[in-house]
Amino acid sequence: MAKPAQINPSSPAMEVRTPPQEESPSKLAAPAKWVDDRIGLAKLLGNIRKIFPDHWSFLLGEIALYSFVILLITGIFLTIWFKPSMTEVEYAGTYQLMRGVPMSEAFASTLSLSFDIRGGLLVRQIHHWAAMLFVAAMTAHMLRVFFTGAFRKPRELNWLIGVGLLSIGLIEGFAGYSLPDDLLSGTGLRFVDGLVRSIPLIGTWAEFFVFGGEFPGDLIIPRLYMVHILLVPGLLLGLISAHMALLVYHKHTQWPGPGRTQRNIQGYPFFPIYVAKAGGFFFIVFAVTILMGAFMQINPVWIFGPYNPAQVTAGSQPDWYMGFVEGAIRIIPNWEWHLWGTTWSWNIFLPGVGLMGLLFTSLALYPFIEAWITGDTSEHHLLDRPRNAPVRTGLGVAGMAAYGMFWLSGGNDILATQFHVSLNAVTYFMRAAVFVVPVLAFIVTKRICLSLQRADRDRVLHGSESGVIVRSPDGGYSEAHQPLSQGEAYTLTRHPQPAALVPNGKKVGRLRQRLSHWYAAGQVPKPTAAEIAEAAHHAAVEDGHDAPALEGGDSGDTP
Amino acid sequence: MSTDIEKAHPEHGELTPDSPVPDPGVEEHVPRFTDVDQAAADRAYRQIVGMLALVPVLVIGFLVVYFAVPRDAELMVFGANLKMQNTLLGLTAGLAALLIGVSAIQWARVLMSDEEIVGERHGAASPPEARERVLADLETGIEGSSIRRRRLIGSGMAGALGLMVLPAVVSLADLGPWPTPAVRAETIEKTIWAEGVHLVNDVTYRRLKADEIEVGQLVNAEPETLQDLEGTAYQQAKAKAAIIIVRMDPNSIRIPESRQDWQVNGILCYSKICTHVGCPISLWEQQTHHLLCPCHQSTFDLGNSGVVVFGPAARSLPQLPITTDADGYLVARSDFTVPVGPSFFERDSSKDFVEGDR
Repeated sequence: MAKPAQINPSSPAMEVRTPPQEESPSKLAAPAKWVDDRIGLAKLLGNIRKIFPDHWSFLLGEIALYSFVILLITGIFLTIWFKPSMTEVEYAGTYQLMRGVPMSEAFASTLSLSFDIRGGLLVRQIHHWAAMLFVAAMTAHMLRVFFTGAFRKPRELNWLIGVGLLSIGLIEGFAGYSLPDDLLSGTGLRFVDGLVRSIPLIGTWAEFFVFGGEFPGDLIIPRLYMVHILLVPGLLLGLISAHMALLVYHKHTQWPGPGRTQRNIQGYPFFPIYVAKAGGFFFIVFAVTILMGAFMQINPVWIFGPYNPAQVTAGSQPDWYMGFVEGAIRIIPNWEWHLWGTTWSWNIFLPGVGLMGLLFTSLALYPFIEAWITGDTSEHHLLDRPRNAPVRTGLGVAGMAAYGMFWLSGGNDILATQFHVSLNAVTYFMRAAVFVVPVLAFIVTKRICLSLQRADRDRVLHGSESGVIVRSPDGGYSEAHQPLSQGEAYTLTRHPQPAALVPNGKKVGRLRQRLSHWYAAGQVPKPTAAEIAEAAHHAAVEDGHDAPALEGGDSGDTP
Repeated sequence: MSTDIEKAHPEHGELTPDSPVPDPGVEEHVPRFTDVDQAAADRAYRQIVGMLALVPVLVIGFLVVYFAVPRDAELMVFGANLKMQNTLLGLTAGLAALLIGVSAIQWARVLMSDEEIVGERHGAASPPEARERVLADLETGIEGSSIRRRRLIGSGMAGALGLMVLPAVVSLADLGPWPTPAVRAETIEKTIWAEGVHLVNDVTYRRLKADEIEVGQLVNAEPETLQDLEGTAYQQAKAKAAIIIVRMDPNSIRIPESRQDWQVNGILCYSKICTHVGCPISLWEQQTHHLLCPCHQSTFDLGNSGVVVFGPAARSLPQLPITTDADGYLVARSDFTVPVGPSFFERDSSKDFVEGDR
């Protein structure tokens, strides 16, 4: 006989409770509360209204981050079908033209991804374009940080992490480029074989250890696969996390402007503005890479064919980011030393290992060298306008010019055929250009920076050009100038100007004195408050006429 | 307002952050059109929702393309041959992602509150109390560990940990065979060429008859024995044994005394592997007898024992001594007399052939 399924509320044996009535949280807050009760979400998240300043140049690093995420997503898809094996197979897939051709499993599975897996070609092409974009965005981001002085204290360590990211990003790209085992990637690997072999003392050992014996062997692709999908992405992920954590800790730098100081940060809250803007931007970057994958063919390995160590294509090029090394390798004279029965292949070691080492070492050291030269030990959260640090800007442009010349040298054969000039002449020209062009670039850039400083000074003193030509009663013509707003005048004058170090009780070495003098020399002094007041007074007296140039200013616009 | 952190460290470098113009403070917020005009705000709202509404359409388009478009269909756009499936999959997915991105950003730009806010910054360093507390904790911990009294534990631990690097590093010694002199002699210093090995066309493996090669002709060739190899051994052998055979007018070239019997009536044979970084050299200038490497443009004069005339390569191209067999087919007289490919540290390559050798 069934017992009554009733609860008798009056039974003394049973206590009844109603669910606790807490103040009912909003619809959004309820799940957040559930998580917070368990893991302390609010403490974990910290300030979701964290402020980030807005400027287009701050998006460059975001592009790098997003292309890395795209690489992870598309890379996972590719690993599902790619076989990192150099075992020889006879191709029997759907691409008619290669039926029966012996090739490595790596190449055969790349063909299968391109022809048999729906969407496989698209993902392959997105992956390759995103890799190009990843390095390009990192490079552009690094230049932004350099030219605005954002690497200064307290951000030197984050700059070093960034240099690390860029350098291992190159390795990651190269490893990926080598995996399909097509004619082009095999040629790249053979080049690396020669590069490794050229290292003095240990070259042959390093070569045998990297390739597991003689080139090409059957180990290099499985090894590069491990490097490409595990080792380096793991390092990248860790370094990117540290990079972002430091960004959050330091708070983003900001451009100078009204109300902005070294002690505040002005901008929009992370939630909801940057969740929408940055999240939306991720989709835009993804969309651009997808559309590139749809419309712009990249690395059509079925045209190159499988790797054949007895063949090479004219116009073989690495991906763009290795172009500067390729260029240096091409233009260096054929220096080889023979000492005590050994051979020192400087013609490969210097431009290959040496140039990459030089680039990344100088990038890593620059913040410390500049701080040593200027003696600046203060924190900086306001960015420099590049013109206000003329020597740094000049050095940066000189570096870009040297990189550009090396990069162009990497296509000396293409330049020769496209412009119908002698290949030898292009090569000889580039040998000089890699040294001369950076020097010219430095001089020209520094002059431009100083001219821009002068123009800023003029604008502060005389206002901006109105575009209105006024004829005076006595027949002269002049352009009316409009006074600047206080905010703009403040923006143009708040920057510190570097000054030469003078021994002031403390000892300052001769070299350091000279360098600091060189760093500070030639700057156009900012207008003083008195000069601004005088110029304003003058303009009022002249009543719409162009105020004459002040001493030290160079207006050059008097009729 | 211009009191800056820079002033806090006046010991070096007179950085002068003071502006001659006083800071006017944060700019006044200017309302956007969508803030003041309800119709404009509604329009923006409709645009954003409209963009999002297109995404499902594109996703359906993607699915249709995935299942309905055949893999080998092609699409002609402005004379370019596009793979239809790839292009349409990318187009639908790409536009869908683009619409999501643009609508999110548009939402933030025109509809979300755009009041700039100002926050405080603090120096990166911890407050002094925190530093002192950590230092004190460290002191307490060190004291508690008794390492100051029992120093050997510390140095013993450091030494032990340091030594553990050795097993980790030594375990990598089997990454590859060690290039000892004996191993080198069997690998990078040797190819499969040997006395009596026939020179064959590198594609057809047909033997080459000396009198069938014309003056000015270039033939890419391999040793006949290459076809006995497979897989890795084949690739490794081919990477070193590839050769080019050229026939030049004997009167227009210089053949040193020591190499008079390395050639057959102006038919000379060289390694195809560049002595720079090992690319297969393949660009032949028939009239100048120059051979140019397409990778880094090293140029070798085949009419002059393969000496370098231009580019980054430092060593002459190794020449393979050849002769003919009884039937007039080209055969090797030996292996290369020097290693092919890039130079390496353990071998002095200065005794290789240079301009002026006899």
